[in-house]
Amino acid sequence: MDGQGIVKGLGVTLKRFVDTYIEDIKWFGKRYYTEEGIERRMSSDTRGVFTIQYPEEKLPVPEEFRFIPFLIYEEGENGEKNLRCTSCGICAKVCPTQCIWIVRTNDPQTGRPVPEPKEFNIDVDICMNCGFCAEYCPFDAIKMDHDYELSVYERYSKNIYDLDRLLKPVSYYTEIRPTNYTHEEQARVEAAAAKAARKAKAGSRKRTVDT
Amino acid sequence: MIMSEQSTAPVVNVLLDDDLATRFPEYVSPDTRKGYEGYIVSADKLLDVATALRNEMGYDYLSSVTGVDYLPEGILEVVYHAFKSTGGSGLVFKVQVPRINPVVPSLVPVYPGADFQEREIWDLLGIRFTGHPDLRRILMWEGFSGHPLRKDWSEPYFEEVGKPFKSRWPEGLVQRAEDEIPFAKNVDYPGGFNPETWVPDKDALLYSSLARAKIHAESSEIKTDTVVVNMGPQHPSTHGVFRIVVELDGETILSLKPVMGYLHRCHEKIGERNTFLQNMPFTDRLDYLSSMSNNFGYALAVEKLMGILPPERAEYLRVIMAELTRISNHVFAIGMFLNDLGAFFTPSLYALEERELILDVFEAVSGSRMMCNYFRFGGVVRDLPEGVLEKIRGLVFERLPRRIDELDLFLTENEIIRSRSEGIGVLTPEQAIAYSAAGPVLRASGVPYDVRRADPYSIYNRFDFDVAVRYHGDTYDRYLIRIDEIRQSLRILQQAVNDIPIGPIQEGKPQYQVRVPAGEAYGRVEGPKGELGFYIVSNGKPNPWRYHVRAPSFINLTPYEKMCVGDKVADVVAILGSIDIVLGETDR
Repeated sequence: MDGQGIVKGLGVTLKRFVDTYIEDIKWFGKRYYTEEGIERRMSSDTRGVFTIQYPEEKLPVPEEFRFIPFLIYEEGENGEKNLRCTSCGICAKVCPTQCIWIVRTNDPQTGRPVPEPKEFNIDVDICMNCGFCAEYCPFDAIKMDHDYELSVYERYSKNIYDLDRLLKPVSYYTEIRPTNYTHEEQARVEAAAAKAARKAKAGSRKRTVDT
Repeated sequence: MIMSEQSTAPVVNVLLDDDLATRFPEYVSPDTRKGYEGYIVSADKLLDVATALRNEMGYDYLSSVTGVDYLPEGILEVVYHAFKSTGGSGLVFKVQVPRINPVVPSLVPVYPGADFQEREIWDLLGIRFTGHPDLRRILMWEGFSGHPLRKDWSEPYFEEVGKPFKSRWPEGLVQRAEDEIPFAKNVDYPGGFNPETWVPDKDALLYSSLARAKIHAESSEIKTDTVVVNMGPQHPSTHGVFRIVVELDGETILSLKPVMGYLHRCHEKIGERNTFLQNMPFTDRLDYLSSMSNNFGYALAVEKLMGILPPERAEYLRVIMAELTRISNHVFAIGMFLNDLGAFFTPSLYALEERELILDVFEAVSGSRMMCNYFRFGGVVRDLPEGVLEKIRGLVFERLPRRIDELDLFLTENEIIRSRSEGIGVLTPEQAIAYSAAGPVLRASGVPYDVRRADPYSIYNRFDFDVAVRYHGDTYDRYLIRIDEIRQSLRILQQAVNDIPIGPIQEGKPQYQVRVPAGEAYGRVEGPKGELGFYIVSNGKPNPWRYHVRAPSFINLTPYEKMCVGDKVADVVAILGSIDIVLGETDR
């Protein structure tokens, strides 16, 4: 019969409309502007209206979310910033848009490279947030951030991030990526243990050769 | 499901693949370069060989046509990948011509699907195709100087032939890239061109290519003028910056030409500057609605060259992600198609809800909702974080099947949709194969060709699913087939989620500088929009020598005119919506 399809379709729309109100009553006062409400609206059995009212509400980002790299420093005892970065340049080489610029420090006396960047700049205008720099950094020194609200009024002066702007403490990193941090620390401890074991083994072999 | 179909060509005197060189001993020789496959055909006999391939050997589906500039050898090569529409692996044949004044006979008379691809080769590599009905530039503008994919052509802001650039490390004194290499430093203008006084031409060449309706003048009783209408480049229905020039008699379409390239960034040239790995995030930006599938195709092509296979768990993860991508793409395509029919935004927003939930999964797994960059050569970047598999389970077993049924109930029997789309934009199976249509467009025309079944890759041969096929070839069937495909994808996903093993997700150690042996490879996957192929040529260096994308959105536009002629101008939009293009991929 003509018109049946349209009536059925409108029925679906009506069901959605009613569902929203049922959910609202069921979760009275908790559905909007609360963490559990947002989680409810993100879950796979959610019903009714779906929208998150940005910027009053924000979708929580998952741990793996990546946006614009930052550099990690460890806080020393006297508050000094110990960079993990050794300016090896792997991030600059792997970067698909070539937006990372690094000046390596050279020892003024010997002229040899010192494992520390003199300058470190990222042109965030062309960074494509691929995450390769963080993925391939052998020192876990560069990581992807979670902060995505970066609008500025003046892009020419503000959107090349220098070392000051890029540096963030390791505590910030543990806060945004707790699982990754634990995994990395674990791997580092294991690697150190393996290295020590290898050394001990090599040492003992040497000793047996000596005697 | 039925795997037989009416082949376009009469099969007489069936030849085997090996017979090609014996059949044409003087004109065809096997390609003996190391790492290469297929045959080299002499240019003057190309049409004969292609006709024999199609009519006698059953290679009726010309999937990809592309070119390579071998600058050191001084030759240009046109590479053809032909397949049988009944399935099986393909046959590669090539034509080599000198770099100076290169001319190759056009294959449009044998395979009409070569039309846009040959225009693209003319545009980007400067090879002339004799006998091509409409050899104009397709991505660049008419009057553009040079051919960008020639190896001796360099782009504005050109810095170095290959990345990584030396200026970044260890003396990387920062400068914005456009300040370091100013735009004008490396820009060629055609002779006599002054950008200050330049007035764009009136597209005379484009308009003259319209069929100018000779039939109209002869058959119509009253002498009426035809009208040329430009839809786009800024038109809400074109899904991006895309222009359609239609010639109308009253409301009826007499001729139609798509005009594209407004989003052209020479993806392939960028790809040749990049290292192999650096291309991975760039593939996300082709069809930006289904980045996981793009990753998949590129990873397959490079893995083929490297001769590695990902471990079990990675294969399952790849399939799960690719099928979730297909669902999210298809619900979006259905929603937007309804928008094009005039059902303003209610269906598309309902569709977006499901897509949002799938994107949540992608974000949790890959770190980004759309630019996933999840695949690596020999695996994937990371395993599923905690809780994500449960979320996928909830989606594929409960929510999505229910919601797809609801979408079906909401739309399929709707009288307005049916009257707007049934019998509109018909593409016959013969035309669909001849015009190299792929994916839902091909299968809605009654050709059960799905790369996952026809030429299985990854672990698709382990799953139980049907190749969705519909037989009318109209706009309505192209809508229905997407619903069917979502249901089949859900079947695959349910099996994959149940069977996924525990284990490593990356073959060997993750490397940022992969060693790719010299040679060529063509990797293809069944993307949501059709066959997505990557043709890679490596010369053993860190950067690919040639990187070509066989873009389904682009090639599916080849039969667009055929679908539209005879229908009404309002259907142009509906038919375009049913092809489902993404301009990021069309224009590359």
